[in-house]
Amino acid sequence: MAETIGFYTLSVLILGLAVLVVTAKNTVHSILFLVMNFLCVAVLYVVLQAEFLAVIQVLVYAGGIVVLYLIVVMLVNLKGEAEAHQDPRRLSVIGLALAGAVLLELAGILVYSSGSDAAVPSSEAVASPVQGNVEELGWLLYTDYLIPFEVASVLLLVAMIGAILLARREV
Amino acid sequence: MIDTIVIPLLKIAVLVNGVLVAVTFTVLMERKVIAWAQSRLGPMRVGPYGILQAIVDPIKLILKEDITPAKADKWMFTLAPILSLVPALVVFAVVPFGGDELFYVTDINVGLLFIIAVTSIGVYGIILAGWASNSKYPLLASLRASAQLISYEIAVTMTLVSVILTAGTLSMIGIVEAQQEAGFWFFFVQPVAFVLVLIGGLAETNRAPFDMPEAEQELTGGFHTEYSGMRFSMFFLAEYANMLVISAVVVVLFWGGWLRPFPNVAALSFLDFIPSWVWFFGKMFGFLYLFIWIRATLPRYRYDQLMRLGWKILIPIAIGNIVVTAVVKVLL
Repeated sequence: MAETIGFYTLSVLILGLAVLVVTAKNTVHSILFLVMNFLCVAVLYVVLQAEFLAVIQVLVYAGGIVVLYLIVVMLVNLKGEAEAHQDPRRLSVIGLALAGAVLLELAGILVYSSGSDAAVPSSEAVASPVQGNVEELGWLLYTDYLIPFEVASVLLLVAMIGAILLARREV
Repeated sequence: MIDTIVIPLLKIAVLVNGVLVAVTFTVLMERKVIAWAQSRLGPMRVGPYGILQAIVDPIKLILKEDITPAKADKWMFTLAPILSLVPALVVFAVVPFGGDELFYVTDINVGLLFIIAVTSIGVYGIILAGWASNSKYPLLASLRASAQLISYEIAVTMTLVSVILTAGTLSMIGIVEAQQEAGFWFFFVQPVAFVLVLIGGLAETNRAPFDMPEAEQELTGGFHTEYSGMRFSMFFLAEYANMLVISAVVVVLFWGGWLRPFPNVAALSFLDFIPSWVWFFGKMFGFLYLFIWIRATLPRYRYDQLMRLGWKILIPIAIGNIVVTAVVKVLL
C-alpha cells in the first residue's frame, strides 16, 4: 500500500517536473527542473531496490551532464527575449509524430509483456555466485552481457575521440 | 516504530547540530592556527583565548542585514546557498564515526558512491549563486569553480576506484572492516591514492592553494560577492562542512576509520581502552589541522596551472594507479 502511494506520488512529481522543463520560459529554471526530475527518478530506483542505479543516476545525470548543460547555457546567454523566427510551433508536426510513435511503442510493450510473464527473467534463472546489488550487476556485466558492455564502452570511446577531434580542429 | 523512525531522527538531529557546531569551531581553529603561523595571536577578546569567538561570529552573521540585489533572480538567489549547504550535511549520513551502531546513521551498500554523488550536487549552489547574482565577478568565479570542481571530481572518483578495488566493497563500514581484516590501514598500500584524494579534496572544497573561485585579488570575493548576512554564512558553512567531509572520508578510506594504529599487532592492544570514536575524531582533527597548515603555507595556484595539474597529471596517475592495483589484486 505504502509502495503504491509512493509510486504514484513520485510519478506525479516526475511527470509534473518534466512538463515544467519544457514550459519554463527561463532556460536556467528549465534545467533546474530537469535536475529535480532526475533526482525523483533516482528515488524511484531506490524504491525499486536498485540503489546502485539510483546513485549512478544522481552522479552521472544530475551531477555531471546537467552541470555541463548549465555551463553552456550560461555561456551563450539566453537571458534575452525569444526571437521572432524561433516559432516553437514550426516543428510541431514532427514532434507530434515522434510522440505518437513512442506512445505506440509503449502500448505495444505493455500489450506484449502483459500476456506472458516469461519475458521477465525470474530471479532463480540468474544464478549469480555473489550477493548484493553492485556485485550482482558486475557479475552480470562480465558474464551474460559482456559483448553489449564492451560494445557500449567502445562507442563511448569513439564519441570521446570524436569530441576531442572536433574541439582541436584548428591545430 | 522507535527503531525505524525515532532513533534515526534523533541521530540525524544530533549529527546536523554537531556538524554545524564543529564548523564554527573549525573557523575559530583556522583563525587561530593561521595567526600562530604568522606570529600573531588571533582572536583574543571574547572569552579565554578567544574561544567564545566561535559563538559570537555566527550571531553576528545572523543579525546582519540580508540584501538581495535588485537585478538578481530572487528564487535562484535564495536557492543557491541552500543547494550548496544541504549536500554537505547529507553526506554525513553514511560516515561511521565509531565501531558501534550508535555512531552512524545508516550503512548502505553503496556508501562511498553515495558520498561522491551527493557532493557532486553541491556544485549547483556555486553555479547558481554566480548566475543569479546577475553580476560580472560572481559569474566568472562560478564558471571557474564549476570547471575546477568537475575536473577534480573526475580525478578523485578515479582514484577512489583503486581504493574500492583494494577493499572489495563500497560500504563505508565495510571499508573499515576490510582494513581490520587486512591488519593494516590502506594508506600503507595506497599511498599514491591518498595523496591524490588529498589534493583533489583541497581543490573540491575550494581551499588554498586551489581557492580559485574566491581569489580576492581577481574576483573581489568570488561567487558569493553579492551575498550578505545569513545567506553568505551558509556558503561559509558549506565550505567548512565540506572540509569536515573530506577529512572524514580520508580517515575512513586510508587511516583505518575508528581503528587503533596497527590493528593486528597484539602488543599494541593496550590502546584498546581508548574508545573508537576518539580515534576517529582525533584523526579527523589531524587532517583539519593539515588543511589549515597548507593554507597558511602555500601560495595560490594560477588557473591554467590548476587545470593542467588536474587533467594532465592527476587523472593519468589515477588511471595508472587503478591498473597497478587491479594487476596486484589479481596476482595476489
